[in-house]
Amino acid sequence: MLIRRFVMVTAALAAAAAFGGITAVPAQTPISDGIIKIGVLNDQSSLYADLGGQGSVVAAKMAVEDFGAEKKGMKVEVIFADHQNKPDVGSQIARQWYDAEKVDMILDVPNSGVALAVNQITRDKKRAMVISSAASSDLTGKACSPNTVHWTYDTWALANGTGNALVKQGADTWFFITADYAFGHALERDVEAVVLKNGGKVLGKVRHPLNTQDFSSFLLQAQASKAKVIGLANAGGDTTNAIKQGAEFGIVRGGQNFAGLLVFLTDVHALGLQTAQGLVFTETFYWDLNDRTRAFAKRFADRNRGIHPTMIHAGVYAGVTHYLKAVEALKSDDGTKVIVRMKEIPTDDPLFGKGTIRVDGRKIHPAYLVEVKKPAESKAPWDYYKIRATIPADQAFRPLDQGECPLVKK
Amino acid sequence: MSSIFGVPTQALFGQLLIGLINGSFYALLSLGLSVIFGLLNIINFAHGALYMMGAFVAYFLLQWAGLGYWWALLVSPIVVGLLGVVLERTMLKRLYHLDHLYGLLLTFGLALIIQGLFRNEFGSSGLPYAMPVQLAGGRSLGFMFLPNYRAWVIVFSLGTCLATWYVIERTKLGSYLRAATENPALVQAFGINVPRMITLTYGFGVALAALAGVLAAPIYQVNPLMGADLIIVVFAVVVIGGLGSIMGSILTGFALGIVEGLTKVFYPEASNTVIFVIMALVLLVKPTGLFGREK
Repeated sequence: MLIRRFVMVTAALAAAAAFGGITAVPAQTPISDGIIKIGVLNDQSSLYADLGGQGSVVAAKMAVEDFGAEKKGMKVEVIFADHQNKPDVGSQIARQWYDAEKVDMILDVPNSGVALAVNQITRDKKRAMVISSAASSDLTGKACSPNTVHWTYDTWALANGTGNALVKQGADTWFFITADYAFGHALERDVEAVVLKNGGKVLGKVRHPLNTQDFSSFLLQAQASKAKVIGLANAGGDTTNAIKQGAEFGIVRGGQNFAGLLVFLTDVHALGLQTAQGLVFTETFYWDLNDRTRAFAKRFADRNRGIHPTMIHAGVYAGVTHYLKAVEALKSDDGTKVIVRMKEIPTDDPLFGKGTIRVDGRKIHPAYLVEVKKPAESKAPWDYYKIRATIPADQAFRPLDQGECPLVKK
Repeated sequence: MSSIFGVPTQALFGQLLIGLINGSFYALLSLGLSVIFGLLNIINFAHGALYMMGAFVAYFLLQWAGLGYWWALLVSPIVVGLLGVVLERTMLKRLYHLDHLYGLLLTFGLALIIQGLFRNEFGSSGLPYAMPVQLAGGRSLGFMFLPNYRAWVIVFSLGTCLATWYVIERTKLGSYLRAATENPALVQAFGINVPRMITLTYGFGVALAALAGVLAAPIYQVNPLMGADLIIVVFAVVVIGGLGSIMGSILTGFALGIVEGLTKVFYPEASNTVIFVIMALVLLVKPTGLFGREK
């Protein structure tokens, strides 16, 4: 008797869930359930938490406020979760958000391993994704999706910005210290291509697990290779640890140089200028570019424990702004349609200026080759970079026809 | 140049030395854990958090009081050790009559709270801590460049480990301690204040963790997560060496540092897991650990 009741209740629940699922999709109202829900999915607790983390949530909320969503009668809600840099955890949260919590857009998603997984789920569920921090250029290449916009930067842009500049200065032999997951592999591959194209040579490479504390073994191998440049195809705490310990092993004094292939403002802050001075790398945003970026940085830092915005935070802000513009124009939050609209209307925001989004989902804007200042040159807290060169928008990113994205018609 | 399995012998020597250096952190941390487990029967999961606090106290001393590395080496273990005494008096002592598991859960919870508070306050990317000028630079050994600071770490932690071993295994005080773990009631009857001895022992174990934290600060960033990243490995070291065995934790600490260093040459992708593979193998063959005894 008890078992039969249990079976019936379960069946009823399952049926309710199934029909609930079916009826939810062809939403009659333009904005599903009346709320535009944005989910910031990133690393809230580990090595990428400062460069994205709560800062990304702050940036998203600021974008919603500055857009004036409330005045326009749009109800926007920002939620967040910690994916712990694990693709399985990230996937689970994304499914939960899309299925049960009616999230319309997933945002940020550092760690290319997680981003590639969520990219596929977003495509299956026909929602929207705006990536600010995952770097793999595959996200607009082989894995490109009609539901994803890749905003801030990618491994191709980093490789060409930094790699080109360094090889042209005569740094023609390289050794790679690479984070052993999708992002590191993509970055190493893209930089290696640039080095080889410019007539340079790769003398060796070593792959380390994500979040490694001690780099001395890898530094010794790099030192023994006698390569002129040690390319760090990793990010966040991994990069800072490698650079700091490199100083200890006399890498730079011995005539070799580090190329930080992905370095963030917060990394430089953590290293201190004494250790970080002279590093050259590529950024697509710096808070001290102009009056508008400075004004944003001040407001942002006030709300984020004084931490100034990284390019990831800037990308989150700009991405949300543009997403809301598209939703407003379309009067719908249907994921696929919104992304189409985002590509149709030109982008314009205080942080990246005017730009466009290509058919493969790649957001296009200029990039900057920056050099970290000497301690004496820095006049204020967070005054860290000299802009050495501006890479124009049409050269900063991979040409459309070279990405092998199936959305691009040959 | 001669080579072993395709790796130049010069590089190999370098890796052995690097392994030894990392091993000295493992040894210092697992020693503290072993002392605490051996005498209090507490599996101290807060050890990593206390190691992190050791590094932070060094950072605070420099920022707020202008006291440099050498003072930190002395003051930080005392400060954190005193905190350990407070923890023991207010919380841990209530758990001695219960199963190991309760101590583990309490200290694990403490670790999460401490790390969470520090992360909220200082972020996750770490704070810079400069190397003491006396130990900056390094020398070329022919097969590798050895930073002076790393050499100092080996010498200092080896010295501390051996001194601790000597006190516990070879002095009268140590014999009281060991007796108190076997039969506290009897030792108490001889007029020795066992609870106070236990409190001080916990404080000492914690001070060792803080000492390792100060040693680590100039190499790694002063980072709220530094303990969380390390503690699991250190537990594996302790399990391999045998819980509670003093010499066991020192020897396996150094040995596993070397094994890990070599893995980084031959198959770097596995360098984070090799210790756990060894742990599984050791547990299969000798569940008490290499140097452990049945209790």
